[in-house]
Amino acid sequence: MIDSVETLKQRVEALKKEGTAATRILISMGTCGIAAGAVPVLEELKRVLAERQLEDKVEIIEAGCIGQCYAEPSVEICNAGSGSVIYGGVKVHDVGLIVSHIEDLAPDMNTVEKTWYYPETEKNTRNKIQARIVLRNSGRIDPEKLEDYLKNEGYQALAKALTEMTSEDVIKEITESGLRGRGGGGFPTGMKWNFAAQQPAGRKYMICNADEGDPGAFMDRAVLEGDPHAVLEAMAIGGYAIGADTGIIYIRAEYPLAVKRLKIAIKQAEENGLLGDNIFGSGFNFKIQLKYGAGAFVCGEETALIHSIEGKRGEPTFKPPFPAVSGLWGKPTVVNNVETYANIPAIIRSGAKWFRTIGTEKSPGTKVFALAGKVENVGLVEVPMGTKLRDIIFGLGGGIRDGKEFKAVQTGGPSGGCLKYDRLDTGIDYESLAAIGSMMGSGGMIVMDEDDCMVNVAKYFLDFTLDESCGKCTPCRIGNTRLHEMLERICEGKATMDIITKLKNLSYAIKDTALCGLGQTSPNPVLSTLANFEDEYLAHITDKHCPAGVCTKLITFKINDNCVGCTLCARNCPVSCISGERKEKHHIDQDKCIKCGVCYQACKFHAIDKL
Amino acid sequence: MSCCDCKGKKPNLILDFPDKTEKLNAFIDALDIGLDRDRNRGFLIECLHEAQNLFGYLPRSVQQFVADKLRLHLSEVYGVISFYSYFTDKPVGKYKISVCTGTACFVRGAEAILDEFKRLLVIEMGETTPDEKFSLGTLRCVGACSLAPVVMVNEKVYGKVTTKIVAEIISECK
Ligand SMILES: Cc1cc2nc3c(=O)[nH]c(=O)nc-3n(C[C@H](O)[C@H](O)[C@H](O)COP(=O)(O)O)c2cc1C
Ligand code: SF4
Ligand code: SF4
Ligand code: SF4
Ligand code: FES
Repeated sequence: MIDSVETLKQRVEALKKEGTAATRILISMGTCGIAAGAVPVLEELKRVLAERQLEDKVEIIEAGCIGQCYAEPSVEICNAGSGSVIYGGVKVHDVGLIVSHIEDLAPDMNTVEKTWYYPETEKNTRNKIQARIVLRNSGRIDPEKLEDYLKNEGYQALAKALTEMTSEDVIKEITESGLRGRGGGGFPTGMKWNFAAQQPAGRKYMICNADEGDPGAFMDRAVLEGDPHAVLEAMAIGGYAIGADTGIIYIRAEYPLAVKRLKIAIKQAEENGLLGDNIFGSGFNFKIQLKYGAGAFVCGEETALIHSIEGKRGEPTFKPPFPAVSGLWGKPTVVNNVETYANIPAIIRSGAKWFRTIGTEKSPGTKVFALAGKVENVGLVEVPMGTKLRDIIFGLGGGIRDGKEFKAVQTGGPSGGCLKYDRLDTGIDYESLAAIGSMMGSGGMIVMDEDDCMVNVAKYFLDFTLDESCGKCTPCRIGNTRLHEMLERICEGKATMDIITKLKNLSYAIKDTALCGLGQTSPNPVLSTLANFEDEYLAHITDKHCPAGVCTKLITFKINDNCVGCTLCARNCPVSCISGERKEKHHIDQDKCIKCGVCYQACKFHAIDKL
Repeated sequence: MSCCDCKGKKPNLILDFPDKTEKLNAFIDALDIGLDRDRNRGFLIECLHEAQNLFGYLPRSVQQFVADKLRLHLSEVYGVISFYSYFTDKPVGKYKISVCTGTACFVRGAEAILDEFKRLLVIEMGETTPDEKFSLGTLRCVGACSLAPVVMVNEKVYGKVTTKIVAEIISECK
């Protein structure tokens, strides 16, 4: 039981005295790691260590995600004597070899450059880009062990806030740090807390938005899976600041592992007196509950989220009143994003001044991005605000896969925009991205190459919006349907030139009149692709041609005279529509062809043209 | 007097599976349910999660049971079920195949994967095969974007799926 700052101190000292094993093996056990096969590797590791009687000398740490998702399953050996090494793409049969070399770290295996999360120790210039505040513990500690968090300054910030600071001090520190909401809007967190604090005393709520709906973004998941206590600690600090005794984490049902780790963390914190009544003997009470989403993107919007917690359909309502004034059950409520919370303990511990040394004047701190799509290295990066897109995509991301040409980068998810190469030197923060027609959003960053059709990408995002629109207001429900139909006509080659103006007009009308953020931003993918890739739209409309060769209605596969009659294509065609005798030129039955492109990829003689 | 397409034989999961019903009953009784309907409504979504875990889907009989326990109207319960894509009032197959159509998977070819499943299972999105073995659906990002395109079959995640592997995934489901 930790009931005072003194007992916390003693506990941490005792833990540090226990010391660490000579060798520590960290294995990434996030969703991505497990999906890539980390569980059998872990089992093998345990088996081999037992077999060689090394269990006492070696400590296995089942950590969260280190961010290098492209190298999963990954195993890191930290050796007190000979330093550390990370092996990527580890297979079960590699484990024996790795264990044989825990001393000299020299097996001939796929090692991973430590450019992603070793900013302090590596000399490599690439890793200078990263700075870890939010992800500092993720992948470094066992998220299911409170002790690991305590050893890494865990709950020090809460102790400091409760015993050395008043609520006003806390709000002042957060306001001065310039921290802005990482959930997309970028609203100053200190200001939001202040609004709620100024409401008359009584029931208030501190909500954590863990709905992470942006498809292709997984920053919040990594934090919750890798460092759940940080979020709990921050929520308690926020509760103290605004005078709330209840915290609620609204988490999407698609994240079972994060739910599991949060449950464990909450239980540990309660058992140790870090949540509950009279925390650190300060008289402050705070408890945290979990509430589950049920697969609705719009529930990420704060008013919809609140309705969902109340057990209603998750439809947004008009603001004001803002939740800080009238939120859950009509009480003052602060809704903050997971990543926003993850910054709080560090700010309280190290101060607003320190925080301001990172990032830009208007957007201090770091931002985590989920870098995915056609880049070589897919994963999570945490960079100071103001870092250039180029440094992320071509530096950390390692450039485009398969030697293809970069075409676009999409930030901000379904609310954001697609940017082309001329924007790569933009330093990212909230304002700069908005100025060029995109959005910071929650941190999704999808890279596209020459094979992606930008009209089709715009259509994809509208598909998403249509699916997720709650249907409450007309501009979003019907307007987006019409936008989608227009894009479909373009992709099918049935559109005429006047459609461009129509697209633009309708887009602006939706932006101006939709009720909530979902509708207000839904035309952004259309407008930004129109602005940056108008030539592709024109090719579809006037030439009835899809330059990237994606829109199936506009492409045909034809076999040319290079064909040697090897029959490979015919054997691979899923609908058996290719005919021809062995060693003779083959022929595609266009009526039956489903344009899957399998033959095109299979042919080794460049005998199939995509027109 | 027919209200649905059950052709007279109305399955009533609540009566047919007393053990599951008892579990659901115990789950709801453990919650802090009172007379205040607004407060009770706050427990609705977790009750539905539990009910769907137990029964697999949420037909009318289950909806009515939950509604009665929470003192809510059936229409409110149905309104919530129809809003959230996670809940379904139709039976699902033994293997629930979900193709990830998040952005990362989309740009790595999720559409082709989905088409291949449709072609091989001869069902459309959101449908279940007549033998109730497979259901086909989509989901938006499971957070394993590095393995895109991703397919989930029940709890199992398949990464780096190609159209060729689709048939293997299906035949793995016995
Ligand atoms: C359609 C829509 C979806 C949203 N989805 C999320 C989400 O998944 N996660 C999130 O933290 N915020 C999301 N937001 C933003 C929230 O409404 C809210 O601004 C945010 O949670 C506030 O926290 P912050 O100030 O810490 O960013 C969404 C907003 C809209 C309009
Ligand atoms: S803009 Fe769309 S999601 Fe938002 S309230 Fe209107 S219909 Fe619903
Ligand atoms: S794979 Fe190429 S070369 Fe072989 S039969 Fe087909 S088109 Fe001709
Ligand atoms: S594109 Fe697909 S369906 Fe058409 S001929 Fe080639 S393999 Fe067959
Ligand atoms: S987009 Fe498919 S797993 Fe993230």
